[in-house]
Amino acid sequence: MRVEVVLPVIIPLLAGSLALAFWQWRSVQRWVGVLGSIALTGAGFWLLHAVWHEGVLAMHMGGWHAPFGIVLVADLLSATMVVLTGVMGLFVAIYSLVSMRGDHERFGYHPLLQLLLAGVAGAFLTGDIFNLYVWIEVLLVASFALLILGGERAQMEGAIKYVTLNLISSLILLAAVGLTYGVFGTLNMADLAAKMGEAEDTALVTAIGVLFMVAFAIKAAAFPLFFWLPASYHTPPVAISGIFAALLTKVGVYALIRFFTLMFTEAPELTQTILLWGAGFTMLTGVLGAAAQFEFRRILAFHSVSQIGYMIMGLALYTPLALAGALLFIIHHSVVKTNLFLISGLSYFARGTHELKDLGGLYRTHPGLSVLFLIAALSLAGLPPLSGFLVKLMLVRAGLEAESYGIVAVALLTGLLTFYSMVKIWAEAFWKADPRGEGAPANGPAWPGRGAQWLLYGPVIGLAGLAVVMGVAAEPFLQLALAAGEQMLDTDGYIEAVLGAEAP
Amino acid sequence: MTAEPFLAILVGVLFATATYLMLRRSLVKLVIGLVLLSNAANLLIFATSGLTRGAPPLIPEGMLVPEGVVADPLPQALILTAIVISFGVLAFAVVLIHRAYEVVAADDLDKMKDTDT
Repeated sequence: MRVEVVLPVIIPLLAGSLALAFWQWRSVQRWVGVLGSIALTGAGFWLLHAVWHEGVLAMHMGGWHAPFGIVLVADLLSATMVVLTGVMGLFVAIYSLVSMRGDHERFGYHPLLQLLLAGVAGAFLTGDIFNLYVWIEVLLVASFALLILGGERAQMEGAIKYVTLNLISSLILLAAVGLTYGVFGTLNMADLAAKMGEAEDTALVTAIGVLFMVAFAIKAAAFPLFFWLPASYHTPPVAISGIFAALLTKVGVYALIRFFTLMFTEAPELTQTILLWGAGFTMLTGVLGAAAQFEFRRILAFHSVSQIGYMIMGLALYTPLALAGALLFIIHHSVVKTNLFLISGLSYFARGTHELKDLGGLYRTHPGLSVLFLIAALSLAGLPPLSGFLVKLMLVRAGLEAESYGIVAVALLTGLLTFYSMVKIWAEAFWKADPRGEGAPANGPAWPGRGAQWLLYGPVIGLAGLAVVMGVAAEPFLQLALAAGEQMLDTDGYIEAVLGAEAP
Repeated sequence: MTAEPFLAILVGVLFATATYLMLRRSLVKLVIGLVLLSNAANLLIFATSGLTRGAPPLIPEGMLVPEGVVADPLPQALILTAIVISFGVLAFAVVLIHRAYEVVAADDLDKMKDTDT
């Protein structure tokens, strides 16, 4: 009985229910959310510590042994993702203490956020593909409700596209799960990995694998299936955009990594080629889409698409270094992109707009915020010594070692265009003169008081600090990611941990 | 005479109908398409895992495994779970299109392009 494997799922569910019980007392809800996120982060670190020292951990739910019961499995990849879930949940929960308006809280923002975290943690930890579908539905339902909190016209329009495309992707996933059960008679990931070689009809198995790829590529917003993301991510309040950018597409990327390193490894030429081309086009279309935008959050949403391409590139190259790079890129992107969304929220509080042409002069009135933006933006573009430089260096090196020069060229070009986009925001929002004239007040009416503003600045400073630490003191992150990369390619260890040593 | 070929054709027809409806501009047809798509996926699980008639998965007294060929209960459990989930999600989708219809005042997806690029 390994209780630490199940804690990251139970804690947010409990915190969410507790917050529901205090429906009328919103200040209690807020602190339940923060404390729940702190507990989730702690449980995540406990799990990571245990996995680091003892290897892959499995917990058989209800005492039913795999492959008959449902298992929760934690390897280094899952445990790292759970820690990331806790940390990002915590920063966003603190930020929303001040930033979330009363009418959003009244419709249950805090319980929904905890439900979202529970769904994400469950999806990262489950070792059963039908259970993965269930957890993805849990996080989707929470994200649907979060997306339309407030009910503005733009939110409704964005939500229609988001809900439709994510439902279609879930149903493709469900169909693929059904076909998998028809072929293999099992839904346990480790059991599937062990039985994958025994299938008679390899063409059917490849087709099922591609169905899974399409389902998760929609969730990850990869080319050409990303259109729901730029249509919806900029519509909700920024704290919600921030947690979506940190975690939702990462579930799709995580599932892609899990499925195509552990289970569907039978036709690597086909799947890796599709993934490699998809990665290249995802990077380019995302970054070119961002170049055409002049709204702070829309630029960030398009960059989310383009950065997904780097993570899929790491999976497609399929070496330990590339997979380690993909994992570090997931961490780097969550930290930096969420930070940029939170900063866009601060600039909105200061000026009351997200349009770049109406922003301006923030460098004069808010020098601290400008420095924080620069750290996050330059890290996203990949300048040393920040986190983006390290992860891009790893992926580029893995690409050169695999002699995939085309994808390396695309990755470097995308880095350059990302830099262009970030400089565009810097020049328009921070550097140029304030379009409202000289004597305009520094802050709009929505700016919180002196004490409350530190609850907004705190998470932004914390995330910027993380980006710097990931770049400057990279050694522990690198060790963790390289060990996780080795572990992803060693499928026997995973199978043995779940099914026991006597399994084939 | 097995029922699987008929079920397979039915699943195909449902997938095709759902795709056609989702490609229409009307919001209502979009949701009906989603309903049909979820039913198609559920029936697909039922069909691919094989149909066994008249053999309930009951273990006779004093034995550990059932005798002979029995119906597999797991796909039915999966479908039941999936039906419950899709019921909840589709209920949300229906409320969403109603709210969207109130806000935009049109049952037309082409009038909802404000948030695209």
